[in-house]
Amino acid sequence: MREQIEGSQAVARTVAACRPQVVCAYPISPQTHIVETLSRLVMSQQLGGCEYLNVDSEFAAMSAAIGASAAGARTYTATASQGLLYMVEAVYNASGLGLPIVMTVANRAIGAPINIWNDHSDAMSQRDSGWIQMYAEDNQHAVDLHVMAYRLAEEVSLPVMVCMDGFILTHAVEEVDLPEQTQVDAFLPPFEPRQILDPDDPVSIGAMVGPEAFLEVRYLAHQRQMQALETIPRIAAEFAAATGRQRDGLVTPYRLEDADVAVVALGSVLGTLKDAVDALRVRGVNAGVLGITSFRPFPLAAVRAALGSVGRIVVLEKTLAVGIGGVLSSNIRTAMADTGTPTTTVIAGLGGRPILQASLEQMIVDAHRGRSADLSFLDLNTGLVERELARTRASRRSGPAAENMLRDAMADAVPESGARG
Amino acid sequence: MTERLRFYQTGSFAVRNRLLPVVDASVQSDPGRANAITSGHRACQGCGEALGARYALDAAMRASGGRMVAVNATGCLEVFSTPYPETSWQIPWMHSLFGNAAAVASGVAAALRVTGRDDVRVVAQAGDGGTVDIGLGPLSGMFERNDDVLFICYDNEAYMNTGVQRSGATPPAARTMTTPAVGPHPGAPFGQGKDLPRIAMAHEIPYVATATVADLRDLEDKVTTAMSIRGARYLHVLVPCPLGWGSASRDTVRVARLATESGLFPVFEAHDGEVTSVTPIRRRVPVEDYLRIQKRYAHLFGEPPATGVIAHIQATADRNIRRYRIEEAPV
Ligand SMILES: Cc1ncc(C[n+]2csc(CCOP(=O)(O)OP(=O)(O)O)c2C)c(N)n1
Ligand code: SF4
Ligand SMILES: [Mg+2]
Repeated sequence: MREQIEGSQAVARTVAACRPQVVCAYPISPQTHIVETLSRLVMSQQLGGCEYLNVDSEFAAMSAAIGASAAGARTYTATASQGLLYMVEAVYNASGLGLPIVMTVANRAIGAPINIWNDHSDAMSQRDSGWIQMYAEDNQHAVDLHVMAYRLAEEVSLPVMVCMDGFILTHAVEEVDLPEQTQVDAFLPPFEPRQILDPDDPVSIGAMVGPEAFLEVRYLAHQRQMQALETIPRIAAEFAAATGRQRDGLVTPYRLEDADVAVVALGSVLGTLKDAVDALRVRGVNAGVLGITSFRPFPLAAVRAALGSVGRIVVLEKTLAVGIGGVLSSNIRTAMADTGTPTTTVIAGLGGRPILQASLEQMIVDAHRGRSADLSFLDLNTGLVERELARTRASRRSGPAAENMLRDAMADAVPESGARG
Repeated sequence: MTERLRFYQTGSFAVRNRLLPVVDASVQSDPGRANAITSGHRACQGCGEALGARYALDAAMRASGGRMVAVNATGCLEVFSTPYPETSWQIPWMHSLFGNAAAVASGVAAALRVTGRDDVRVVAQAGDGGTVDIGLGPLSGMFERNDDVLFICYDNEAYMNTGVQRSGATPPAARTMTTPAVGPHPGAPFGQGKDLPRIAMAHEIPYVATATVADLRDLEDKVTTAMSIRGARYLHVLVPCPLGWGSASRDTVRVARLATESGLFPVFEAHDGEVTSVTPIRRRVPVEDYLRIQKRYAHLFGEPPATGVIAHIQATADRNIRRYRIEEAPV
């Protein structure tokens, strides 16, 4: 059913259509509208057979999800940013125990400085947690990924994180085709766990494992993600058959066939990137885009196949691995190691900084001409940074950089706006 | 299916007093008991926690008609009972993390309810560290929501599994590896620590009780009472740890008894936040009798003895006795 709907509400209603039995969550912007909507659906009994647990923290949310899933219930939670970090110990535990929990991450920056706006630092910090990670490009994609996530999680016995850009997607109202309950029911069979906490068949779950078998346990966790690389395209094809919506599952190539330059990215920035590419092609710059949907497992072969013929690669990242640069780019470099394709990293959109089409076009043109640095920061206000660096050089005892620079930025803004006399 | 009990496991304490009617016999004396945690685990000799857990869970199994799930925090009980690939647990049992047993149990309870299996009961268990310190947030959340979980704290008054470090339940003057018996004020400081039964009562949950391994019938009774109630319930069990306390393995029950008879560990029950019964002290003993047989207090009995510190501890015991009115009137 097509509807003008906010991303969060679309996701909540889609999750409800997946018939979760236990939803446990703790509020954090920009995830709140999702869990608010779900709690309303549960309390109004529109979503029957479901318990909504108002827990005391994200750590408790993920822990309750672990208990519920181990006892045989289909389980859902959602979080972002500080909340994801607060639950990290349980995040690793859920994947270690092989529990098919689905969690939405409404991607948001991590403080300090505290910042509620979008980037990918939160989910990227959990890239090695053993969870499958899927990134949504738009709200339709987010909706579709949630339905596929439950199928995938329960088939490969791993938890799945569906990442959608905070505010940019969660709070955007656009037309979304919400899957019908009948479609979801036909696509997603009831949860049938292999083993659960059951007095009729008592098992010990979560026992201690020593050096004798720990490596093997981890090896198998890796193998399950490798299996997921095959499962994801199959599930995406079945989803397409059920809903008529084509989904590649692992990666989404755009105008790459004859591209000289490819930009690789995750999430909602892909839309702007495609517009930039379309505009540049009119001006004779042959560029293309590769969207990564499945970041974990990382589709090395699909990436290699998609980028095989391009001359240059720019990896556009909404996260910064402080001390080295990119996260996605090191994964792309691993995929392309044998090709020697020059690959550069551009950090953009941190903490909600708008990523402008004009800046992206310039970035692509620079790459096309072979003029990009290994690592650059899109639209960095170098003046601000230089002033802070100068201050630091002048005194060993500088204040927090964030506050200093914000003050400078305000001072810069005054003459222009004339708002203050 | 659970393995049938072998007689040697029952031990002399467990054998039924034949003069008692069968209904009054302890759960442990019943050869048909669940044997929830079976023999062969790796607890130290004389471990109070192993003893307490066996009595508590077998009683809970009887009360639930064998329809029960246990969630365990990280700690000695978890580590000594499940060295891979073995397990002592003959009931459905799960360990997730150190600080989340209460939240995991809430999730299990929710799943059981929503899948129409709420005849199956949930027991969560943790050491004092997993209860009063790192697990307190989720525990308080479970209490406040009144989730249908019995949470049992096995209080051995320190982080034993990691080698005896101070917890929020370590009593004043006790030496641990992080409150060593050195300096001008050896051992754990005075004026610190948490009284979790009272914190639990402040949540006005339906049932809070304390017990010790010195009175195992009382422990069984309290578990049975707790299991007859729905909602959040809390049981705080004092379980001496020979290794951490420096007491003789054979003295575990004796040490626990002295803890209650001195007034240092009041034994009571509370319904809906109000104390409803106390276990009276029959023969009151000075705290010194309790302290002396534990090496963790050895620094109090040097030359000269730390009489001021001992008096301070005695004052705590006296206050407990006043607060809970637990001294039996002399006859
Ligand atoms: C988050 C976390 N911090 C620390 C530890 C290390 N740790 C494991 S068990 C334990 C002590 C357990 O103490 P307690 O809960 O009192 O149980 P006991 O072993 O004394 O029965 C500690 C500190 C851990 N496993 N997880
Ligand atoms: S260290 Fe203490 S609590 Fe742990 S097994 Fe030994 S006696 Fe029991
Ligand atoms: Mg302890």
